[in-house]
Amino acid sequence: MDYGLLSSILHAILVASTPLVFAGLGALIQERAGVLNLGIEGLMIVGALAGFATALSGFPLLISIVTAALAGALLASIFALLVLRLYANPVATGLALTLFGLGLSALAGAQYVGQAAPQVDAWSIPVLSHLPIVGHALFSHDPLVYLSITLAVLMWWFITKSRAGLILRAIGENHSAAHALGFSVTGIRFLAIISGGALAGIGGSYLTLVQTPLFVEGMTAGRGWIALALVVFASWRPLRVIVGAYLFGSVSIVQLHGQALGVSVASQWLSMLPYLVTIGVLAIIAKRGRGDHAAPGSLGITFKESK
Amino acid sequence: MNVNKILKQCFGIFLTTALAMPAIAADKVKVGFVYVGPVADAGWTYEHDRGRLAVEAEYGDKVETVFVESVSEGPDAERVIAQMASDGADAVFTTSFGYMNPTVKVAKQFPKVKFEHATGYKRADNVATYSSRFYEGRHVLGLVAGKMTKSNTIGYIASFPIPEVVRGINAAYLAAKSVNPQVKFKVIWVSTWFDPGKEADAAKALIDQGADILMQHTDSAAPMKIAEERGIYAFGQASDQAAYGPNAQLTAIIDDWAPYYVRRVGDLMNGTWSSTDTWGGFDTGMVALAPYGKAVPDDVKAMAEEARKAITEGRLHAFTGPINKQDGSPWLKPGETADDGTLLGMNFYVEGIEGSLP
Repeated sequence: MDYGLLSSILHAILVASTPLVFAGLGALIQERAGVLNLGIEGLMIVGALAGFATALSGFPLLISIVTAALAGALLASIFALLVLRLYANPVATGLALTLFGLGLSALAGAQYVGQAAPQVDAWSIPVLSHLPIVGHALFSHDPLVYLSITLAVLMWWFITKSRAGLILRAIGENHSAAHALGFSVTGIRFLAIISGGALAGIGGSYLTLVQTPLFVEGMTAGRGWIALALVVFASWRPLRVIVGAYLFGSVSIVQLHGQALGVSVASQWLSMLPYLVTIGVLAIIAKRGRGDHAAPGSLGITFKESK
Repeated sequence: MNVNKILKQCFGIFLTTALAMPAIAADKVKVGFVYVGPVADAGWTYEHDRGRLAVEAEYGDKVETVFVESVSEGPDAERVIAQMASDGADAVFTTSFGYMNPTVKVAKQFPKVKFEHATGYKRADNVATYSSRFYEGRHVLGLVAGKMTKSNTIGYIASFPIPEVVRGINAAYLAAKSVNPQVKFKVIWVSTWFDPGKEADAAKALIDQGADILMQHTDSAAPMKIAEERGIYAFGQASDQAAYGPNAQLTAIIDDWAPYYVRRVGDLMNGTWSSTDTWGGFDTGMVALAPYGKAVPDDVKAMAEEARKAITEGRLHAFTGPINKQDGSPWLKPGETADDGTLLGMNFYVEGIEGSLP
């Protein structure tokens, strides 16, 4: 096999997977706090538009990403208000958030259709980026790719090693017990939701700033749902989200390259694969019962403070 | 289905209703258009709307047009079409394949209203159909690509293996091969009309595998944008996409519906409208090309223009024998041209294209 091509394929896999890493982490932090947010798709596309519009106005990449994060957080705070304060059904509210985000971004984004964002330069890591094959594939990326990996490691540390992470997990596992211990279930869930919204927003902006890079309505095309499947696949572990996202990314990229090389695997099979794997993981979790890999105990259950 | 579409539809219907009131009094000819995407899609729907504006420009006060955008195919379409007809539209153009059955159904309820359905095949006394011979444009694109490729590899991003798409690949390949016997086509099927992320990934995959010119039969401008970034060439789809690829775009196939819409509305006014089946190409002006890019050398331009002229005048057909099917079995004898029936149902690659249809 041609090494240059191999390197390009690896490079493309990282690019295609990065939005999923961000969005997957965004869903994960909420689910670890016991919040099931099906609005990831809506948060992503709103972030995608916000980041794109900012970049188009001539602001640097950093500001564009921050804007995308803020837009995601703002939209997520509406979800938080509905679910945490008004005790709305989280499943229905999450779905509504997705529909709302798609509609809002289409309406506000109509004026940006047909424009092109400035190109994001790669940050090539000295020395490492000159290595054969892996140099270009792994160490010559835009800053967001490195950020996504850093965030996953930080989140792993936060959830497993820090005291705040322990509290977050406690609330996710059993909110009544955590409440009895005096932790603010609503307050911490609110923080988890807006952080998750911000991450999903950044994930969306990666599409419009780097991967595509343009904006059109509905361009997230289901990536928010893949992110949700990814969290289950990763059995709620941040580092496994990276593994899962890269696996999902590889499936789609290798599929495209396979076609161009004339290898005929029905593309529908490869499109199904991520979901089949997720269903498989769910089945294994169900069989093992409430063990190490199960969903947080209070996931998706509405918490009402007893007065 | 998203909320925005519903809102837009509601607004559209409201608009249709509101605009209908003065129309009845003024005795104008009223023409409605139903669009599948937003007018700002920079592609398919955008070009239909340019056709609508051309009708307004041509007939001024004598005509009134209304449109509803982002109407999803299916039951919703039926409601929107029926609403237009009952609001006093004299003719309704339904501009997507999926509107076929709703259009025919509504047409039965409104025998006095004329309906025109794009890209379908069901007709009635008051339902006409129309489409364009985009493969004529693909022929010219293939010539330009064959001449200009350095790597002899053309990347083709395809959507679904329907005759329209297969025909485009075959037409472009045959033309490219005729000017460059070494040329190879790499085809990636993305199984979507519209997913900018996936189209961009496919474009990158093709470039990584040596393609230096991209063609596409999907609806977003993402491949053009990627071509521009990577410094290679591409052809615009459905509309002029030079904004996305000022250096990359060699030319684009433009779906120009204006001549057809102007003619048909004229027929309607004169009372000479009848149910017809139109499949127009360069000759009717329904297929047009965007201005050639800076990168296209003069001799290539001249060759492309000559081919376009020959097709327009009927001297050249994009499918002229001898052509074999992919498996080597003969399809067209030397000098024979393809009949429309075979073209409309085309479900095979021609000889020389690698890979198989999904």
